Amino acid sequence: METKQILETIRMIEEEKLDIRTITMGISLLDCIDSDGEKARAKIYKKITTYAEKLVETGEQIESEFGIPIINKRISVTPIAIIAGASADKDYVAFAKTLDESAEKVGVNFIGGFSALVEKGYTKGDAILINSIPEALAQTERVCGSVNIGSTRTGINMDAVRDMGEVIKKTAELTADTQGLGCAKLVVFANAVEDNPFMAGAFHGVGEADCVINVGVSGPGVVKRAIEKVKGESFDKVAEMVKQTAFKITRMGELVGQEASKRLGVPFGIVDLSLAPTPSVGDSVAHVLEEMGLETVGTHGTTAALALLNDAVKKGGVMACGHVGGLSGAFIPVSEDIGMIEAVNNGSLNLEKLEAMTAICSVGLDMIAIPGDTPATTIAAMIADEAAIGVINNKTTAVRLIPAKGTKVGDMVEFGGLLGTAPVMRVNKNSSAEFIARGGRIPAPIHSFKN
Amino acid sequence: MKAILTVIGKDNVGIIAGVSNELSELEINILDVSQTIMDGYFTMMMMLDLNTTTKAFDEIKEQLSKKGADLEVKVSIQREEIFNSMHKL
Repeated sequence: METKQILETIRMIEEEKLDIRTITMGISLLDCIDSDGEKARAKIYKKITTYAEKLVETGEQIESEFGIPIINKRISVTPIAIIAGASADKDYVAFAKTLDESAEKVGVNFIGGFSALVEKGYTKGDAILINSIPEALAQTERVCGSVNIGSTRTGINMDAVRDMGEVIKKTAELTADTQGLGCAKLVVFANAVEDNPFMAGAFHGVGEADCVINVGVSGPGVVKRAIEKVKGESFDKVAEMVKQTAFKITRMGELVGQEASKRLGVPFGIVDLSLAPTPSVGDSVAHVLEEMGLETVGTHGTTAALALLNDAVKKGGVMACGHVGGLSGAFIPVSEDIGMIEAVNNGSLNLEKLEAMTAICSVGLDMIAIPGDTPATTIAAMIADEAAIGVINNKTTAVRLIPAKGTKVGDMVEFGGLLGTAPVMRVNKNSSAEFIARGGRIPAPIHSFKN
Repeated sequence: MKAILTVIGKDNVGIIAGVSNELSELEINILDVSQTIMDGYFTMMMMLDLNTTTKAFDEIKEQLSKKGADLEVKVSIQREEIFNSMHKL
C-alpha cells in the first residue's frame, strides 16, 4: 500500500471534512396496517424499535474502526398516509408521536415518512395526513414529513399545491417560538424518489424491500481542494478532477454501506452520491462553485458551474459502487451552506437565480427563509414553479421554505446545528392568488409517454 | 484483521520505540513500517496484524492514542479496508 494514498485518505477526512453524511435504515410499515389506529401504532413502534435497535451502535462502531465520521443515523418509513389510511382515525398526529417515540428509543435524530404521495389525487388517508402535518411537526421533535405533489407521468396536482401553501404557513405559525423550525422538517416534492436517505425528504417507498440500508455520502471540501489543484486550467481538467474525486468519495460510501448492511443483517440499497454542505467552514458547495472562478455564487456563470459539478459527481460516482440512487447530485440549501449565506447577504444571490440553479441541482429551493407575511398563495405558486421545473425536465425538485412568523427581508433565522442560519430573502410582492385558486391538475407533459 | 497505524507529529527521541513497545504489549504484530520526515513533521505508517491480539478495537485505539499523547504525537488506527477501497477497484 502506498504511503501517499494513505496520507491522502487521512487528509481528506481530517482537513477537508470528508464524511459519510448519513446511514438511513428504510423500514416498511405495510405489515403494520390495522383498522384500529391504536393497534397499528403499537405494531409500528415495535417494528421500528426492533429493526433499528442496533443501528446507532453499529454506525458508531464502523465510524471508530474505519476512522471516517458518520454524521447521521436515521430511519425512513413507508408514507404514513398509506399506513394510517386503513384506520378510522380523524387525524394522524398520534402516528407522528409514535414515530417520534420510536426514533427517540433507538437514538436517531430524525425519522422520515410522515408523508403522502398525491401527484394524481387524494385518498382519504392523504387528505387527513396533509391536514395533520402542522400539528404533527409542531408536537414532535424528530419527525420529518414530505408530500409529493407532481410527477412527469401525472402532471402537477394543483389542489395539493394550494393545500401545501396553507400547510407551510400553518406549520410556521405553530412553530413560531422556534422561528418556524417545523417548516425545516417539511419538503414538498415533484418526482420524489423512494430511496432517498437525506432528510427531511426521506421515506421508504412501497416498491422497496422490507428493510434496507441506504447511504448518503458528502464531501464538498474534498472537491473544492481538488479543484484548487487545477487553478486557471480548462473545464475539461476541472470535470476530470471532480470525477476522480467523486469516485474516491463514493468508494467510502460503498464500503460503509456494505459493512453496515453486513453487520445489521439487512440488505444494502443504494449509495446517494450527493455533495451536501454543512454550515461549517470548509464544507460548502457554494465555495466549490466559486473555486471555478466566480467572484461569488449567484453571479452569471453560476448555473453552468453547477451543471458541470453535478454531472461530474455522477459520472465519477457511478463507477465506484454497485447501485446508485436517491437524489445524487449537489445540494444547494441556503441555510446549511456558509457560502450561500454570504452570497445572499452580499446581494449576489436571489430567489430567481436559485430557481434557475434548481433546474440542474439535485433538489430545489431548499432551506430558504422568506418573510413571515408571505401569503400562502405565493408559497403555493413557488411550489408550482419548482414542480414545473421537475416535471418538465424529468427530475426531482423540492421546496423547503420557512416563512418564519414576524420576520422580514434582511432578518436572520437561526436553527442551530446542521440546519444552520438562514437570511430572510425577498419574495415577489405581486399576487398569485387567482392562479392558485384555480386548482385541478396541470396535465403531464407530452414526453411522459415513453412506453 | 489488518489495520493501518499512522503517527504524525513533531520529531522527537523515542517515538518509534514508544509506539512499537506499546504494540508489543498489546500483542499486535507489525507487518510493515515506513517512516519519513515530511515538512519537518515526523510521519510514520505501520501495517498491523490484529489477529494475534485479544483486545477489542476500541481499547487498542484508546491505549494507542494515550501513548501518542505521552509522546506528543497524534496516533490513529484505522482498518485497512478504507484505504484499499478508496483507491482501488
